[in-house]
Amino acid sequence: MSDLHIFMQHDAIIDLIDGMARVLKNRLQERGIDNPAVIGIHTGGGWIAEHLHRRLNCGDPPGLLDISFYRDDFTRIGVNPQVKPSRIDFDVEGRHIVLVDDVIQSGRTIRAAMNEIFDFGRPASITLVCLIERSGRQLPIQPDVAGLRPPLQLDEHIRLNGPEELRLEISRSRQPRNNGDR
Amino acid sequence: MVSTQQHNIQLNEQGRLRHFLTIEGLKRDLLTRILDTAESFAALPGRPVRKVPTLRGRIITNLFFENSTRTRTTFELAAKRLSADVLNFNVSTSATSKGETLLDTLRNIEAMHSEMFVVRHNQSGAAHFIARHAAPGVSVINAGDGRHAHPTQAMLDMFTIRKHKGDFTPLRVAIVGDVLHSRVARSQILALNTLGVTEVRVVGPRTLIPTDARALGVHVHHDIESGLRDVDVVIMLRLQKERMAGALLPSEEEYFRLYGLTNERLAVARPDAIVMHPGPMNRGVEMDSEVADGPRSVILQQVSYGIAVRMAVMSMCMQTHADSGESA
Repeated sequence: MSDLHIFMQHDAIIDLIDGMARVLKNRLQERGIDNPAVIGIHTGGGWIAEHLHRRLNCGDPPGLLDISFYRDDFTRIGVNPQVKPSRIDFDVEGRHIVLVDDVIQSGRTIRAAMNEIFDFGRPASITLVCLIERSGRQLPIQPDVAGLRPPLQLDEHIRLNGPEELRLEISRSRQPRNNGDR
Repeated sequence: MVSTQQHNIQLNEQGRLRHFLTIEGLKRDLLTRILDTAESFAALPGRPVRKVPTLRGRIITNLFFENSTRTRTTFELAAKRLSADVLNFNVSTSATSKGETLLDTLRNIEAMHSEMFVVRHNQSGAAHFIARHAAPGVSVINAGDGRHAHPTQAMLDMFTIRKHKGDFTPLRVAIVGDVLHSRVARSQILALNTLGVTEVRVVGPRTLIPTDARALGVHVHHDIESGLRDVDVVIMLRLQKERMAGALLPSEEEYFRLYGLTNERLAVARPDAIVMHPGPMNRGVEMDSEVADGPRSVILQQVSYGIAVRMAVMSMCMQTHADSGESA
């Protein structure tokens, strides 16, 4: 791994989240959804979910998913050493869910997250929000709302750091990355 | 560091769990990781779907040479909650009684593409033996071997303690009863000391405490009142009825009079002390029903947490195949 550079700093990311919240509100309004519940994917998606949750004035606390045990590549990757319990403190059954992640690439994380959500109950709908939408999709899953679509090469990796000071970093790996993990 | 890991059959070259046979030789970090992983699974019973797809399509075999419906059931449930398929081999009623050797039995089950054996045996070292002879890509979990070890029981006890007490460091823990014959006690003592508690005490009659107990890093008490004074956790051990027949103990009544846990005796422990028992419990022998069913008893929680801890160990061992590029 080399060539690490900062792509975006905290204030700009917050502006981006403000914009995403506006688009999301409109999108939800168009669909006639007035009381959505927010779920973030651990870790970066959880941070963005907290920010969006405040802007949406949702009643229920945001849920957090750790999809480690739902990954389709578990036998190759194994348990994340920092695995956290998933936590959803509201009834998923019949709810309109806003699912939040930091970066969507292959779409596999979102697939795993949706599988896990359905183990909590059958939601009325899921709206997908991602801070960064990048190329490399391997599944037919697209975000409904995306903050930014930066043109990235396949060997470039974008990562959100936080949670106090949010920062997007881009690094370039010498070998093409196995991009099956997002 | 590398050389010690090479000698520990439980770990792969990256120091990750491959088999789970004993607490001995495992570092605090790894024990903590097992407990952390179990946290995710402990939340499952609250969900409409109480399982995860992690080990979907994988086969786990319960290989029980010694009867234990309860332990087998919790392992079976743990495997099923990970979406694995489970084979149950009760070997005393199976092929070994027809003359098949243990290794032939093992090879046969491996040929059915089982990737994990959960082994219970009345001989110490049986799980190690199977782990040494298992094919690459096959993991072995010790579900109790002779007087040697019962590491998943010890870890579920640690999980229960952490759930109630948080930090291990300030804790004083008393283990009461037949320490001499107890594989559970041995594993508990190793785990508690590895996790860094302040003090581990063993409490019981001279005939049931190993003579070299102090070498395990414990304080020995033969008087239950001094043994329970100011402890945060009381772990009662099961008194096996078969020991009563020998000269080790006078009678059940006498044992209860000297070492049975009652609310009066518990009064010298810390006010927030919890009471544990690995089960099955002999009411009126190790413990008064008033204590067993009382507010400080966490015995039934131990059973629930046991499933989460076994799921953690199973998923971590299966993951290690990935690291090594092994598959069965």
